[in-house]
Amino acid sequence: MALPTLAVHKFASCDGCQLSLLDLEDELLAVAGVVQIANFMEASREVLPPPYDVTLVEGSITTAHDAERIKQIREETPVLITIGACATAGGIQALRNWKDVDDFTRYVYAHPDYIDTLRTSRPIADYVQVDFELRGCPISKQQLFEVLVAFLQGRRPNIPTYSVCVECKLKGNPCVMVSHGTPCLGPVTQAGCEALCPTYHRGCFGCFGPMESPNTAALADQWGVMGASDRGLVDAFRSFNAWSEAFRTESDRREAAVEIGGVQ
Amino acid sequence: MTNAREISVEYLARVEGEGSMRVKVVDDQIEDVEFSIFEPPRFFEAFLRGRLHTEAPDITARICGICPVAYQMSSVHAMENAFGVTVGGPLRELRRLLYCGEWIESHALHIYLLHAPDFLGYESGIHMAADHREIVEQGLRLKKSGNSVVGLVGGREIHPINVRVGGFYRVPTKRELEALVPELEWAKDAAAETIRFVGGFTFPDADMDFEFVSLSHPDEYPFNEGRIVSSKGLDLSIAEYNDYFVEEHVKRSNALHSRIRERGAYHVGPLARYALNFEKLTPFAQDVAQEVGLDPVVTNPFKSIVVRAVETLYAVEESLRIIDSYEQPEDPYVAYTAVEGEGHGATEAPRGLLYHRYRVHGDGRIADAQIVPPTAQNQLTIESDLRIVLERHLDLPDDKLSWVLEQSIRNYDPCISCATHFLDLTVERD
Repeated sequence: MALPTLAVHKFASCDGCQLSLLDLEDELLAVAGVVQIANFMEASREVLPPPYDVTLVEGSITTAHDAERIKQIREETPVLITIGACATAGGIQALRNWKDVDDFTRYVYAHPDYIDTLRTSRPIADYVQVDFELRGCPISKQQLFEVLVAFLQGRRPNIPTYSVCVECKLKGNPCVMVSHGTPCLGPVTQAGCEALCPTYHRGCFGCFGPMESPNTAALADQWGVMGASDRGLVDAFRSFNAWSEAFRTESDRREAAVEIGGVQ
Repeated sequence: MTNAREISVEYLARVEGEGSMRVKVVDDQIEDVEFSIFEPPRFFEAFLRGRLHTEAPDITARICGICPVAYQMSSVHAMENAFGVTVGGPLRELRRLLYCGEWIESHALHIYLLHAPDFLGYESGIHMAADHREIVEQGLRLKKSGNSVVGLVGGREIHPINVRVGGFYRVPTKRELEALVPELEWAKDAAAETIRFVGGFTFPDADMDFEFVSLSHPDEYPFNEGRIVSSKGLDLSIAEYNDYFVEEHVKRSNALHSRIRERGAYHVGPLARYALNFEKLTPFAQDVAQEVGLDPVVTNPFKSIVVRAVETLYAVEESLRIIDSYEQPEDPYVAYTAVEGEGHGATEAPRGLLYHRYRVHGDGRIADAQIVPPTAQNQLTIESDLRIVLERHLDLPDDKLSWVLEQSIRNYDPCISCATHFLDLTVERD
């Protein structure tokens, strides 16, 4: 029986999420035994013809060419899974979405006319239908493994949508907000990192994006009570998942407060 | 009648990021050679402006998922340089340890999964595993041993969270570090075996006249500190980088090309570090290098895979040394006050010298950022190698010729994602 085929594609990104596949040091050869790696340029010269049973997509859409390329990739697969903050929320490069991209290009390049780029960096789901979004900057390789196995078995992946707080409690971490006064995005951020930053005595900075139904306004108010400025709040919500709806909305609200207040 | 051949690889495999290669030969005369980068730009330098200096290590890590530690290290050193902060003692050693972990995982990935398949005629490391399963398993385990170091000291393997300006958020205990020792002891033997394994490959002939550039430190094989030196006489402080090197924007590439002012292409990475710092390697690493016939200066870029293996062994031994002598510091970081100023940082990423420069406002926000990654610096040299390799292999049929040219690019372990986000330039070229 022919093995199910897997394709991995990259758009604007750092390569870290597809690297997670190669970082499955203990499982990689086992995975390669049950899945035919059919199109994965970072790992292999060999490209088998489409269709592919499962396709992983890393990166955000930032060029007109890529906006077309993703449509082709969608046609070649019944299951399209986006991996990482770039593919699911536009990534850190979505900070351009609030700026004049021509300014950015002039700042970075001597010949802006050589550069082909869209005004925005947007997630894959803004362009094509996506079957599952796996969050994280980077994704968790254990979660990636779970998602691959689930789709191969024809079931929904078991990926929690609760907050980082739950993981802190499971780990027995003291709350960094309550006990150390450290601002933390954990209460509004989806789990998946095993509460990594609080475990390292640091506040969460939102790698996995908003949890299901986050109360960002209440958390932002609490940060304010702890001394954070509106500008600080704009920065906090505008990082790797800046263009996700919940973080975007909250950052816009705080930015409006900066403009009205005229202070930092 | 003219005989025109054009070899075009639209999407290079087994490199990090999106690049292509095109060569054109007419009547055995090379008309054109292009190594292009079409990875879309992400404008890091532009959106760093206005962000807090404390965010630089976390944001610049996202330039590269393969070598995030390098970005974190160059950025924190640049900030500390701007503020006049010195990080010494066990915190300095921990940074070195973290970097060792990244070299081990990045080098092992490239040696076993990306580059060795070229020498043995396989499409990928997975294909190679069908015939050489134990070897690939050894490579994956070696890679994992490096990742364990990054995982403990940095918090996680990709985009570590524990690095901050001044040091770390949390430092490991001696006991936590000691738990890594048995696997690193295994890795020491495995790395030596790796040198012997790749040292036995057959290498295409190539003898290049490189100008090697790397950091050099009086006491140690370079990671985080030193002067920038070259095999043709450069010797400068990190702060003088822009006085000697220049970036140019050319049409075919979304990455800027670097050159030494009024001189031209240069070479950064394992071959350069090795040639300029051979005597700083451990005696064991030097011995195994000599055992497989590696000279203290290697000018054949196809042998970079062997030098990468030698550096892997060095990084394993250095990790063991650091863990053995480690004493947990009282504070995880050095306290400092952000002041207005400019700072420079250069460290040795697995792929070579990585330069950062920042100007910071008095409120601690970034005014201006410049980042020069190793692959951007190697672009001209990669093209010049392609030309020489092409000349020597014109007799090969197109498919074989294409493969040896791709292999020649992979000699540099190019990280195209890194290369694509540059700085404000000063020179233009038509």
